Amino acid sequence: MTYAVLQRLGQMIFVMVGISMLVFLIFFGTPGVDPAARIAGRNASPEVLQAVRISFGFDQPFYVQYLTMMKKIFVTGDLTSFVNRGWKVVPAVLDTVPVTLSLVIGAAILWIIFSLIIGVLAAAYRDTWVDKVLMIAGLIGISMPVYWLGEVMNLVTQSRFHDTWLFSWVPPLGYKNLMDDPKGWFLTLIIPWITLSILYIGLYGRVLRAAITEALQEDYIRTARAKGLSETRILLRHALRTSLIGFVTLFGLDFGALVGGSALLTEVVFGLQGVGKLTFDALQNLDLPVIMTTVLYASFFVVLANAVVDVVYIILDPRVRAP
Amino acid sequence: MTAAGPTVPATSRGPWATALNRLAHDRTALVALAVFVLVVIACLLAPVYAWWAGVEPFKSTLDAVLTIDGVQQPVMELPTTGLALGYTPIGPTWRPGNYFLGADNQGRDVMARLLYGGLNSIIIAGTATGFTLIFATLFGLLAGFFGGVIDMILSRILDVLWAFPVYLLAISLSIVLITQGLSIGPFVIDSGSLWLPIFIIGVIYIPYIARPVRGQVMALRNSDFVMAAIGLGAPSHRILWKDILPNISTTLIVFVPIMMALNMLTESALSFLSIGVQPPDASWGTIIQDGQGLLYTRPAVALAPGFMIVISVLSLNVFGDGLRDALDPKSKIKLGRA
Amino acid sequence: MILQVRDLRVTFRTEQGMVRAIDGVSFDVEEGEVLGLVGESGSGKTVTLLAVMGLITDPNCVITGSIKYRGRELVGLPSREMRKLRGREIAMIFQDPMTALTPVYTIGWQISEQILAHQKVSKRQAWTQAIDLLTEVGIPKPEEAVHRYPHQLSGGMRQRAVIAMALTCNPALLVADEPTTALDVTVQAQILDLLRSLQQKHGSSIIFITHDLGVMADLADRIMVMYAGRIVERSTNAGIFTEPRHPYTQALLDSIPPMEGARPNRLKTISGAPPSLLNLPQGCAFGPRCPYKFDACAAKPPLGAEAHATACFLESAQ
Repeated sequence: MTYAVLQRLGQMIFVMVGISMLVFLIFFGTPGVDPAARIAGRNASPEVLQAVRISFGFDQPFYVQYLTMMKKIFVTGDLTSFVNRGWKVVPAVLDTVPVTLSLVIGAAILWIIFSLIIGVLAAAYRDTWVDKVLMIAGLIGISMPVYWLGEVMNLVTQSRFHDTWLFSWVPPLGYKNLMDDPKGWFLTLIIPWITLSILYIGLYGRVLRAAITEALQEDYIRTARAKGLSETRILLRHALRTSLIGFVTLFGLDFGALVGGSALLTEVVFGLQGVGKLTFDALQNLDLPVIMTTVLYASFFVVLANAVVDVVYIILDPRVRAP
Repeated sequence: MTAAGPTVPATSRGPWATALNRLAHDRTALVALAVFVLVVIACLLAPVYAWWAGVEPFKSTLDAVLTIDGVQQPVMELPTTGLALGYTPIGPTWRPGNYFLGADNQGRDVMARLLYGGLNSIIIAGTATGFTLIFATLFGLLAGFFGGVIDMILSRILDVLWAFPVYLLAISLSIVLITQGLSIGPFVIDSGSLWLPIFIIGVIYIPYIARPVRGQVMALRNSDFVMAAIGLGAPSHRILWKDILPNISTTLIVFVPIMMALNMLTESALSFLSIGVQPPDASWGTIIQDGQGLLYTRPAVALAPGFMIVISVLSLNVFGDGLRDALDPKSKIKLGRA
Repeated sequence: MILQVRDLRVTFRTEQGMVRAIDGVSFDVEEGEVLGLVGESGSGKTVTLLAVMGLITDPNCVITGSIKYRGRELVGLPSREMRKLRGREIAMIFQDPMTALTPVYTIGWQISEQILAHQKVSKRQAWTQAIDLLTEVGIPKPEEAVHRYPHQLSGGMRQRAVIAMALTCNPALLVADEPTTALDVTVQAQILDLLRSLQQKHGSSIIFITHDLGVMADLADRIMVMYAGRIVERSTNAGIFTEPRHPYTQALLDSIPPMEGARPNRLKTISGAPPSLLNLPQGCAFGPRCPYKFDACAAKPPLGAEAHATACFLESAQ
């Protein structure tokens, strides 16, 4: 088991190095334009360009450039934005993390609860109308662009029905700090949580239903029936329990991806200043240092999350844990 | 056993015929396919609609005037209430050919743009699907069949791409390519070209298909019939073409509608973030972005393309479900994840 | 009499049409008796057992006829009532111990789960009982084995665990579906010995399925031979082995290598293949493969009620 974990960690480091090289190549190796001009942003003066060239070592060999870049982002953390002159990028990125975590954790709680309910119900009533309705609803959830759903939510709760009893409690868009204003934090996030979770509720509900239905075909379910257990117990303790292994793996991957930037669309629509919104704003002003930093930090987080998932998988599945 | 056995059941049709037959009896899947085909046809007729309505969907037409029931009305209205700052585009008239869904903030006919935009969305999603499938199959075949060093190198590359969050990879590629275009030797792609979003979307999903294909090819590579072919001295390209490719083709076909749906969502998201289709070209994503500023006054601009996306993606997903059930009843193929 | 089955018919609706897996099967199981059920795969042995256990959950399946357990009708019994019988009165041992246990729970957990489902005991007591049961089925170091997951045990040990689980409530009827087929030959003998000694100790009745007549020879009191969903011959152990009457039974016996004497160059085989249930021949299902086929075989031969009964027209013709 220790060997498996160490091997997994080695693979993780390899992938991290691979991603950092890939990002470096995309940003500085794409043929066509002077990378200094990319860093400096639109309409940079010749002095700024020169400063960028020296600071990033663009007159030096490629590998030196790569190492300089990595040092600026991960070791010294003194990468500065040239669009917003002198703005330290790394602390700015770290500041946005609590917002993204608030959004994603809340949505994750919602989607775990509801997808479990939907998946188990659909599997319990498989091939009846309950199953069909739930699965179609899930498919619709998967088919909606999340940013568009967010806009529809805004239209309903902020404008068209805001003055009715139903949505008068919805505060204006924006983020309230959890420590300063817990109630405001909660209220502003409710609609974003629902919006973000709908896709995953649909997806996980469907995945879980398929996994449970597949598990119900297994021989050990027949054994459980022969033991005289109730259908509910067979469904929850045997079929669901064995299906959860895949469910947890999937959850880890998606949670990691969301914290690492996939929540960006939701953050943009609801004006939540998270990692994704920061990336989006940088995208609008072509502020490359910011984008590079968020991309690298976020993808490292995702890779780390994937590794954690694999370790959890080892703990969850006795076949892997203790061979 | 030498004597002839009892008659074989009369259901020994080929696997493709069986699958087609199963699909032909799946009414839900057929309806979904019909809906998607209708959307495609409607979008193909975009130029016809624009010509018939007499509108220019890619030009700013702020001073256009339309006639409803004999009354002339400017496309951009001065607001009658509030501070009267700026103009508001006209809302839906619900008259086909006459600003059916109203105008956007450039005074352009939203309905015409919706059809043109849909055409771009569908073209990008479809071409990117082809791109992904071709390269993923190539990678999967090479890695799975030849193994060894080739497999190690390709698999490591796929590992890195796989671990890279989809949107971040797309953003990284877009910010570089969309602003400057791409020029590698004789190949020059303009920064506004549709090929850029196609390329970006096509690249990011390669590992989602290449990995399962590689797994299947490896299993086939070690199967008895391929071993026998190798033992008989059949050349590799022949085995790949005759024995392996036909056996993974069901997997590939099952992926087509699912990937189309996924690509439509990705394209629209990238366009919404202004790193997909570039103005003045339109796609459903860019129209939703145009509509964001008008959300509370003229919601139709943002709502209509969203509905079109939901309808197209939903029909593709439903059809994809039916196709998978028909081709792969035991559902061995797991859905690629966004 | 512990079990009385009368005119049992099991039919599945499939894409290709109706499939009659069991076509009018009747038999009895006496108290303390071991009844062997022999036949090729697809002959309906397993389906018969699953029907007795009420374990056919396929909605496309129709079961008619009568299955009486100690006088109580099981066909059409509400699932809640059936559940109380399963695992307590009637227990089942499955063919493949590799897949018959839930992979994510320990052996002890799975055995005590069954104890807790039927008996009012504490978890601790159930756990102790589980250890006792594992001792009884001959698993070495049972206090350690309870903590093992299924994949950590060998096939034979796993099958012992499955048997221990079946014995939890000391069932009156034990139903065994080819319990030795998936095991190594040496382990097969051990499991058969175990079953025999447990049967002698507890006095349960056993219905034992196999496609291997040899396994039956020193285990079964009575033997039934099935072919294409029907019983073709039924007799005592000795009756089947010394005086087989149905051509199919004779052919089966001929295909067993002899224990003594010179090894034959070739074993006899039965020509042809078992018929597809979708497309059963008119009349005697064995007809197309039968060397003695004659005019009368165009009708379905009935099975008599006598102690040694055969569904074959040759009997009456002689």
